Amino acid sequence: MRIHLFIACYNDTLFPRTGMAVVNLLERLGHEVVFPLAQTCCGQMHYNTGYHQEAMPLVKRLMEEFRDAETIVVPSASCVAMMRDHYELMAHNANDARMMEEVKDFLPRVFEFSELITDKLGLTDVGAYFPHKVTYHPSCHSLRLLHVGDRPIRLLNGVEGLQYTPMEGADQCCGFGGTFAVKNAEVSSAMLTDKITCVRKTSAEFVAALDNSCLMQIDGGLHRESGGRGTEGRIRPVHLAEILNSTKANPLTAESLAWDEVSA
Amino acid sequence: MSVRVGHTAEKSAFPILAHEILKDQQTRRNVRHATDVIRAKRALRVEEMPDWQELRTAAHAIKTHTLLHLPHYLQQFEKNCIAAGGQVHWARDADEANAIAIRLIQAAAKKQGTSIAEVIKVKTMTSDEIGMNSALEKNNITPWETDLADMIVQMGNDEPSHIVVPALHKNRHQVRELFLEHMKLTELGTEAEDLTQAARHYLRKKFLEVGIGISGANFAIAETGSICVVESEGNGRMCVTMPQTLISLVGIEKVIPKFQDLEVFLQLLPRSATGERMNPYNSIWTGVEPGDGPQEFHVILLDNGRTRMMANVRERETLNCIRCGACLNVCPVYRETGGHAYGSIYSGPIGAILSPQLNGMQHSRSLPYASSLCGACYEVCPVKINIPETLIHLRGKVVEQDQNSITGMFSQEGMGMKMAAHLFEHPRQYEAAQRLARTGQGLFEKDGKLVNLPGMAAGWTQFRDLRALPQQTFREWWKQNKRNKA
Ligand code: SF4
Repeated sequence: MRIHLFIACYNDTLFPRTGMAVVNLLERLGHEVVFPLAQTCCGQMHYNTGYHQEAMPLVKRLMEEFRDAETIVVPSASCVAMMRDHYELMAHNANDARMMEEVKDFLPRVFEFSELITDKLGLTDVGAYFPHKVTYHPSCHSLRLLHVGDRPIRLLNGVEGLQYTPMEGADQCCGFGGTFAVKNAEVSSAMLTDKITCVRKTSAEFVAALDNSCLMQIDGGLHRESGGRGTEGRIRPVHLAEILNSTKANPLTAESLAWDEVSA
Repeated sequence: MSVRVGHTAEKSAFPILAHEILKDQQTRRNVRHATDVIRAKRALRVEEMPDWQELRTAAHAIKTHTLLHLPHYLQQFEKNCIAAGGQVHWARDADEANAIAIRLIQAAAKKQGTSIAEVIKVKTMTSDEIGMNSALEKNNITPWETDLADMIVQMGNDEPSHIVVPALHKNRHQVRELFLEHMKLTELGTEAEDLTQAARHYLRKKFLEVGIGISGANFAIAETGSICVVESEGNGRMCVTMPQTLISLVGIEKVIPKFQDLEVFLQLLPRSATGERMNPYNSIWTGVEPGDGPQEFHVILLDNGRTRMMANVRERETLNCIRCGACLNVCPVYRETGGHAYGSIYSGPIGAILSPQLNGMQHSRSLPYASSLCGACYEVCPVKINIPETLIHLRGKVVEQDQNSITGMFSQEGMGMKMAAHLFEHPRQYEAAQRLARTGQGLFEKDGKLVNLPGMAAGWTQFRDLRALPQQTFREWWKQNKRNKA
């Protein structure tokens, strides 16, 4: 299958590893990945912060970039939620019939990463190997807007050697919330403290999710708590795609997820 | 028209109020405990309902229909209420409503021959919205709150922190202290039962003595002209049956078309609000019944900013609210800050969308941003108000207002957003910016993390660490490894 990748601007800039994992995994499964180079952002940050006018051209050019794509994978649940929840509404509010048509054509071709693997490719076992204790944080947008349900858990349980540990208060927000994290930084970090308590209780080595944005929040909190010293006992946040990309021949290690002070 | 919503006009922005509360560990513990308990009870009572989603859909449909035909149903209510012996007054804003209430109270007191005017009140949030108590006091009328939690708030000269459980931020021991002081008691136990007994003694006297009652309304039924109030204590029942004169303050969005519509709402409301299958007290009354209950009955229909929310479908939906508080109890933001951070009697997710709208976006402008858009509120709302979507809609209005003002136009956020949008529209410049950020971050990088970032990003690094940008963006990796392969 020919699969187009929309990486999401923040993954592109901050989490290239996740994109590489998606590409490698899909190729390993025998698919061809296409990355349209002119892609940038889905418009979520602008739209959710209230900059609706500014978001409009971003939305239009994204759909344009992927006009010929048959299947689009997005390793960011919140970006997919932006598309599904707001693109139609934006076209509607702008009274733009052409855009509406485009949105209706675009949306059915878009798959969040775990949706692609389970629904489109029909897999729960992708031949991954990851002999670690892993917990899972269902990001709010994947949980309540996309309703991905147990897809990610099924995928985790399909990984050889992986021990899945459920998290207490899993459905509680991590406090990220896009610009909320800086506009209401203090409340955001109070929410994060609660989330980290639940993450710690699992005594997992890794916490997986479908959104690197939430993981960045959790990672930032864990790193601050540890005072940035050493790797011992620090729980590693990691995107689900990176776990599924881990194999016996090419395993993902805690070290490869370390911040620079450890690898340097 | 001068709309006034509690003290919202004088309050600081949400992050500033939240900052104070986050330091108050006792309050935070109380809020956490109370919301956890109600939330678990609600979940239990909702789970046992096979048709919960259908009920929500029905409630949404009834409310939507009613709001679209509001003038019709309000007039129908007025007609039927008058026919049953009630009197109906229309108030455009807080001042008008207070003036009407004061006039009615003074006339009733005169008629009853009491020298000091007093009123007993059953929980009415709308009266807090219009600042009724202070308006009454200015006119030498003493209001007595009789809902236990409202009484606690009144005694403590406090403000309500929850729309169903106004004293949620206080625990039993704090309540006991208040009672000891205000009821002039020498001893009092700490159990919930001791406290309710004390309150009962204290209030019973008021119920017997005071001849004027003030209530709110959960529903106003157009078909019959009746008012419906639900509660758990029975104090409300006393307030609406014992006094000679009863005045009900009713927001115009409280009207429902038919008596039978209660079938839907009386299943949704108690389960959502307190996790009960049914409210212990459901009072429904129609006009005046000679020789039974109040002999003079007034309804004040209040607008106070509501009609201007009618034009836009997203804004109108906010008026669906039946004030169950479920959205507060599941909100992860409310869980940390409690209600006082919202600077309004309407707190939590519903407060974040209602207060700024009632205020015509003149006050409470920080509230639409007091949410991580996690969506938990929408999931539980019994009348299906899409709160996250409304928050985003209101953010759009705030930004629009700002972009039309000089300070807003040149704000750091506004300029940053414009710049980001420009980069996203021009991929080459975007790539250049990625490279520039990587070089520029050297100034802030320490051991692989970014510290003391300037501007808005400081909000991040103040509380969390931020990993330095990696050496290669994804697109750089792609260009190097993949592009030429094909
Ligand atoms: S918005 Fe919905 S959940 Fe919140 S108080 Fe109103 S009815 Fe209840």
